[in-house]
Amino acid sequence: MDIDLLTNILFATIRTGTPLVLIALGELVCEKAGVLNLGQEGMVLMGAATGFIITVVTGSLWLGVGAAMLAGLFMSLLFGFLAISLVANQVATGLALTIFGIGLSAFLGTEYVGVGIEGISQLEIPLLSSLPVIGKVLFSHDPLVYLSWGIFAALYFCFRRTRLGLTIRAVGENPESANAIGMRVMLVRYGAVLFGGAMAGLAGGYLSLAYTPLWSEGMSAGRGWIALALVVFASWKVERVLLGAYLFGAASIMHLVLQGLGFSVSPNLLSMLPYIATIVVLMIISNDTIKAKLNTPLALGQPYRPQI
Amino acid sequence: MLRLERRPSDSKLMMALSPVLAIVLTLAAGGTLFSVLGHAPGQALYTFFIAPLTDLYGWTELGVKVAPLMLCALGLNFCYRARVWNIGAEGQFIMGGLGGGWIALELMHLNDIWILPLVLLAGTVCGMAWAALAAWLKTHFHANEVLTTIMLNYIALNALLYAVHGPLMDPDGFNFPESALFTESVTMPLIHEDYRLSISLLLALLVLAVMWTLLTRTLLGFQISVLGEDEKAARFAGFRTRWLTWMALLVSGALAGLAGIAEVTGPLGQLSPHISPGYGYAAIIVVFLGRMHPLGILFASMLLGLTYMGGEMVQMDLTLPKSITGLFQGMLLFFLLACDVLIGYRILPASRQNPQTAN
Repeated sequence: MDIDLLTNILFATIRTGTPLVLIALGELVCEKAGVLNLGQEGMVLMGAATGFIITVVTGSLWLGVGAAMLAGLFMSLLFGFLAISLVANQVATGLALTIFGIGLSAFLGTEYVGVGIEGISQLEIPLLSSLPVIGKVLFSHDPLVYLSWGIFAALYFCFRRTRLGLTIRAVGENPESANAIGMRVMLVRYGAVLFGGAMAGLAGGYLSLAYTPLWSEGMSAGRGWIALALVVFASWKVERVLLGAYLFGAASIMHLVLQGLGFSVSPNLLSMLPYIATIVVLMIISNDTIKAKLNTPLALGQPYRPQI
Repeated sequence: MLRLERRPSDSKLMMALSPVLAIVLTLAAGGTLFSVLGHAPGQALYTFFIAPLTDLYGWTELGVKVAPLMLCALGLNFCYRARVWNIGAEGQFIMGGLGGGWIALELMHLNDIWILPLVLLAGTVCGMAWAALAAWLKTHFHANEVLTTIMLNYIALNALLYAVHGPLMDPDGFNFPESALFTESVTMPLIHEDYRLSISLLLALLVLAVMWTLLTRTLLGFQISVLGEDEKAARFAGFRTRWLTWMALLVSGALAGLAGIAEVTGPLGQLSPHISPGYGYAAIIVVFLGRMHPLGILFASMLLGLTYMGGEMVQMDLTLPKSITGLFQGMLLFFLLACDVLIGYRILPASRQNPQTAN
C-alpha cells in the first residue's frame, strides 16, 4: 500500500468518525447522568435538516451550524420533559423521539432535497499541516473536526478533575444519595440531556454542511444508533469513545479502501460493515456480564422522582 | 407549578382514556400545523383522516395497510409483554419479503397449488431466522436487543438493496433495481377482483384470534406476561426465561416475515428497494397505542394505516409532502407517552399538599 493511499484513508477515517465522536460524547454525558436517550438518530436528523435549511436560506454556514445545535437542543428538551419531568419510560420516549425526528426532518427538508451548497471548507493549520502524512491526516480538516477534539479534551478533563464531573457521575450512580447531599438531580439530568441534544444536532450539522454538503431523507444512516453502541463499547470512558469512533469510521470507509486496492465488491454489501461491526462489538463487550455491570452507571434508564 | 403524585394503584380508566386523549392532542397539533402551513385546519384534517375513507375502495385500501401493520404489531406485542424490546420488525419484514420473494422467483414458473403456501412459509421462516439472530445475541451474549435489532434492520435493508441491484434484478428490466413481476401462481388471491385487498387481511385476523387465545388462555401466554412483569418472579417460579425470550422473538419474527412476504406477493407483486414504508416501525406505535391488547391493536393499526393514506391524500390535494405521515406517527407516540403518565400519577398544583396521600 503506498503512502498516499494510507494518508487518504486515515484522513477519511477521521472525517467519517467525527459525527460518531460528537454523538457518542453527547450520549456519554447523558448516560453518565443516568439518562438513556435512544433518540439520537432523530436529533441528528433534525440537526442535519435544520442546519442545511438555515444555511440555504441565510447563506451562512455558521448560522447553519448554530441552528443545527439549537434543533438538537429543542428535540432533547422534548425528551427531557417527558423522560425526566413526566417520568415516562426512557426507552419508549427515545424511540418516539427518533420516529418523530425522522418524520419532522423529512417533512421540513422536502423542498431542499437536491439543493447544492458550498460546504464548510478545510482549515489548514499553518506549519503543522505541511508535515508529511500527519499534516494531512490531523491538521487539514474543517473546523468542526478540531471542535470535536476540543470538546473531547474538555470532557476528559471534566470527568477526571472537576467537581462537575463528579456530580454528573453521582447523579447517574445513585440519584437518591446525590439528592440527599444537596445535588440538584433534575437540573443535572436536564443539563446532561440538553448537552447530548446539542451534540447530536452538531453532528447532524456536520453531516449536512461539511461531510456531504446536501440534505437527503434519513441521511444519518443509523449513526445515532451506532453511537449508542459505541458508548457501551467504550465502557462509558471518554478516551475510548474517541478510539471507538475512529475504528467505526474506518469500518464505514472500507469500500474506499478496497476500491483503492483494486477489489470490486458490491457497495451494498460493504455498507453492511459498520452495522455488523456494531453487533460484533456488542457481542464481545456484553458477554462479560459482571464487567459490563461494573462499568454501567447504576441508575441508567431509571426515572428519578424527588420525594416530597 | 404542577407536581406529580403517585396514585395508590394504576388507573384503569386512564389506561383506556390515554390513547383517546393522545389522538385528540395529535389532531389539535396537526390542525395547528396545517394552519401554519396556510391551509384551513378543519378542511385539511378532513382530507387527511376522513376523505380517504369516503368510499368502499378507500376502506379496502385501508385493509391493504392494516394487514401488514397488524401482523407486525401482534408479534411485537408478544415481545413487549415479555419486556423484550424488539425494534426489528422492519428488518424481519424485509427479510421475509426478500427470502420469500427469492423462492417465489425460483418457483414461479411452476403452476402448482402448493407453490404459494411454500413461498409464504419461506418468508415466515426467513423473518423468524432474522429474529433468531437477535435472540441468540441476547441469550448467549447478553447483547442489548434494542441495538442489535436496529442494526439487523439496516443490514436487512442493505441485503435487499444488494439483491435487487444484483442477483435478483430482472434481466429484462432495463436495469431498474427491481425483480421480475411475480406470476399468478405466487400471488396472494384477492378478496374481490376490483380491489387490491388480498386474503392477507383474513390471515391477519386469524392470527389476531390465535394470539388473543395464546395470551389469555395458555400457559405460554401467562409465562410471557410474568416474565415481563417481574423477571425474578418468573425465574423463581421455574420458568425457562431463556426459552421464553426465544419464543417471544421467534413468534414476532415469524409474523413480521409473513407480513413481508404477503406484501411482496400481494399489493407489490415484485421485489423493489421500497417494500416497506416503515411498517415495522409504525407497528411499534400500534402496540403502545393498542395498549398491548389484540383488540386494541386492531383499532390502532387502522389508525396508523390511515396515516399512510392521509399522507398520500394531502400530497395529492394540498401538495404537501407525503412525509407528513411520519410526523403524525411521531406526534401520536409522543402524546401517548405524555398522557400515559396519568395512568400512574395524578397532576396536582405544587403548592397544595395533602398529608394523607403523601407516602
